[in-house]
Amino acid sequence: MNRSLILMTATRYLVPIILMLSVFILLRGHNEPGGGFVGGLLAASAFALYVFAFGIKEAQRLLGVHPLALIGSGLFISLGSALIAPIFFGEPLMTGKWIDTFELPGIGKLGTPLFFDIGVMLVVVGVTLLIVFALAGEDEQLGGGS
Amino acid sequence: MIAFGMDLFDFFMVWVIVPALSITVVFCFIRLVRGPSLPDRIVAVDKLSGVAVGMMAAYAVATDNSVFLDVALVVALITFLGTIGFAYYIDRRS
Repeated sequence: MNRSLILMTATRYLVPIILMLSVFILLRGHNEPGGGFVGGLLAASAFALYVFAFGIKEAQRLLGVHPLALIGSGLFISLGSALIAPIFFGEPLMTGKWIDTFELPGIGKLGTPLFFDIGVMLVVVGVTLLIVFALAGEDEQLGGGS
Repeated sequence: MIAFGMDLFDFFMVWVIVPALSITVVFCFIRLVRGPSLPDRIVAVDKLSGVAVGMMAAYAVATDNSVFLDVALVVALITFLGTIGFAYYIDRRS
């Protein structure tokens, strides 16, 4: 696969923008359209762009961890946020508990739905990147890299 | 369509912006159907996504709803990935 200089240069500044946008979409998901799933898809698409531009090895080095680790940690965070209500408050599973006393600037109120969304985002990023890496890896194995 | 009480903004929206976008969609589809080669069709699809961004922006302006601007931003940032994928496919096939 011959690397395109234009695509590589554009990717270097587009990937941070798309990742920032995904975090923005994640954080506004409580009151407006958005949320963990869309944010995760955006982040995964940023890494897919990196795969197109630099190849699968560089993208895995950029990600740092295996996508399966992302899936596991995301499920763990989501489960933990769902279990807070029944363990500490005696309320049904997945009841949303918010900290009403203060607001973080830019994020808003903290609460279990935020952490549930972060977990969903990690799971979506992991699953999508598993698919992307598998497809791109198969492509490179087939001798597509001319 | 034009009626009394329609100000310049509505006139511009109804008679200029929306018709321009719609005609562009028609021409893109003509190129998509008739396009002699695969790159022609890919450029047509890419142009359609650009028209979609324009339509979302026009809708956001017309309805004073800023949510659609964020959607347009995301679509504009993401759709070129599909074009890159098609280009990669053409590059690999030849």
